[in-house]
Amino acid sequence: MVDLAQSTNLESIKASLSPGALAVRRFRKHRMAVVGMLLLVGVFLYVTVTGPFLKGYCAPIKQVVRGEAWANCNDTSLKLMPPSREHPFGTDVIGRDILARTVYGGQISMMIGIFAASVEVLIGVMIGSIAAYYGGWLDSLLMRFTEAMLIIPSLFLLIIGARFLGSGLPDVNIFGRQITGNVFVIILIIGFTAWMYTARIIRANILSLRELDFISASRALGGSDSRIIFKHLLPNTTAPLIVGATLGVAAAIVAEAYVSFLGLGVQGATATWGNMLDGAYRYLDTAPWLWFFPGTMILLTVLGINFVGDGLRDAFDPRSGRHS
Amino acid sequence: MTNYILRRLAQAIPQLFIISIILFALMQAFGDPIATLGGRIPPRAEDKERLRRQLGLDQPVYMQYVFWLVGNDWHKIDINGDGVPDTYGTRAGILRGDWGNSLVTRQPVLTMIGERIPNTLLLMITAEVVIILLSIAIGLYSALRPYSWIDNLITSVSFIGFSMPVFWLALMLMYVFAVNFRRWGLPYLPTVGMYDPSVGKTPLELIKHMILPVATLVIISTAGYSRFVRSSVLEVLGLDYIRTARAKGLRYNFVIRKHALPNAALPFITIIGLDIPFFLAGAVVTERIFAWPGMGRLFIDQTERSDFPTLMGILMLIAVAVVIFQIITDVVYSMVDPRIRLE
Repeated sequence: MVDLAQSTNLESIKASLSPGALAVRRFRKHRMAVVGMLLLVGVFLYVTVTGPFLKGYCAPIKQVVRGEAWANCNDTSLKLMPPSREHPFGTDVIGRDILARTVYGGQISMMIGIFAASVEVLIGVMIGSIAAYYGGWLDSLLMRFTEAMLIIPSLFLLIIGARFLGSGLPDVNIFGRQITGNVFVIILIIGFTAWMYTARIIRANILSLRELDFISASRALGGSDSRIIFKHLLPNTTAPLIVGATLGVAAAIVAEAYVSFLGLGVQGATATWGNMLDGAYRYLDTAPWLWFFPGTMILLTVLGINFVGDGLRDAFDPRSGRHS
Repeated sequence: MTNYILRRLAQAIPQLFIISIILFALMQAFGDPIATLGGRIPPRAEDKERLRRQLGLDQPVYMQYVFWLVGNDWHKIDINGDGVPDTYGTRAGILRGDWGNSLVTRQPVLTMIGERIPNTLLLMITAEVVIILLSIAIGLYSALRPYSWIDNLITSVSFIGFSMPVFWLALMLMYVFAVNFRRWGLPYLPTVGMYDPSVGKTPLELIKHMILPVATLVIISTAGYSRFVRSSVLEVLGLDYIRTARAKGLRYNFVIRKHALPNAALPFITIIGLDIPFFLAGAVVTERIFAWPGMGRLFIDQTERSDFPTLMGILMLIAVAVVIFQIITDVVYSMVDPRIRLE
């Protein structure tokens, strides 16, 4: 009896909440998602706040430098030093401080992750919604293209893309930082090789939404195609989009790391977690700190994002959650 | 059934054409493969010019694609450069079974791929067998105890495994089991290659060299697979016919074994079937780190050398395998699941 009363009570509370508020409730009850969120906040603070506090004496230019200048100060007399007080994470093959480089490299890695996921979602939404909304030959053409892209392993596409578009670009200034131009090429390449699943999900969702009455109503009221797509169809597919985009950020960070690990990623002085690993495996036994710290940062970030993504999926889709 | 297979094959043909066109267009980004040719003694300019004509690289892209596709033995090439085409080409094209020759080694592409495929399959099939067995065991174990502390532990560990970048795991395993074990005087594992040259090509050497790469692949993939097994078993366990079977007095173990597992296995077959063709691709990063002479490494090495006939060969081989295995998976699925009829 008491149980019944409680459950009806709960139902009435649930009924009074908006879908968004319900999703937030479910997310906060998802323990791993909260852990993941904390992990992500930690990594985010690490790469954004720590930077200006880092400083050290840079011997080649004979002065104490701070922030990014410290990350790029290469004192070759200090190369491959194990972790110490001055260099808590050690130094790399040309004597740069690895701690500072994980901070500044992390900014780039996270930027690549977020931008590449945005590119991916943008292309996926465009192709998916056009294919589903217009149907017919356009749909079959776009879907054959999507299938063809899915058949080629994406790492192979990434490697080919990165090998040939990745060099000879000027530096770009963004957020007050000087960044090698090929960071943006890498972002585009990752985005261009990862949109296929998003496109398929969007297409499937819109195909089922398109038949609903409110779409016919909008059309009867004279709504244009773009109004129906942007005002009615896409807002109703945000849930899978947000989940897909979140997991896409993790996938893009890993993709950048793979490509850079293979020596085809971001070039030049700009550090990323990925290109800090380039060639590090040659120092497997002599300098493990070279690969351990950037690799661990990638692991923590990806783990956090995956936890959050899983929590979001359960939060948006009550059916996939646990029935307790 | 035969009709269905034939129709699927007929659909696959335009799909493979689209893929080959996409890939060929991408290959153009390689620039001029002749420019990087020659190694220490660069060939003379006129030799490069002749080579370019001989290989058909002076032709427009669409002609190069046609040559790649159907060969150029019907097309006269101007080898001596006097402006008059004089000699017929020698290539037969991929549609007639000629995959072309590597620009770097001059060997036929099929020979180069053929040398690597056994190594890759050895690594990938061993890993996949372990992955399947382990993920069924783990997935089943946690599905039968849902939301218990051990299930939660397994879930957390799988997430960590799932999130681990391959290179980080590979380097950690090497650091612990090769570098530190040697330091501590324990029996240690070798890190790179397939054999130790000082010992020779013995089966024991091969097994020792396979342990770390296989372990890497297993840890990375078991996480995702076992989650999949867990969720499909859990889903089946919640269905009415399981409750009916229990209600009519069948033993729990019997119900699990005879009713739940075969049905839960169905989606797993699809996943495995669709993953098999990617074995051919090998594991690019794993092969690179462990210096395993497989397809993944061939791909990386030939990318660095702009050897596009070989790259086209590798990618088309994978594409054909994927398309064929998609059809095989659907057919097998319809045979084990009577609810599905292929029409």
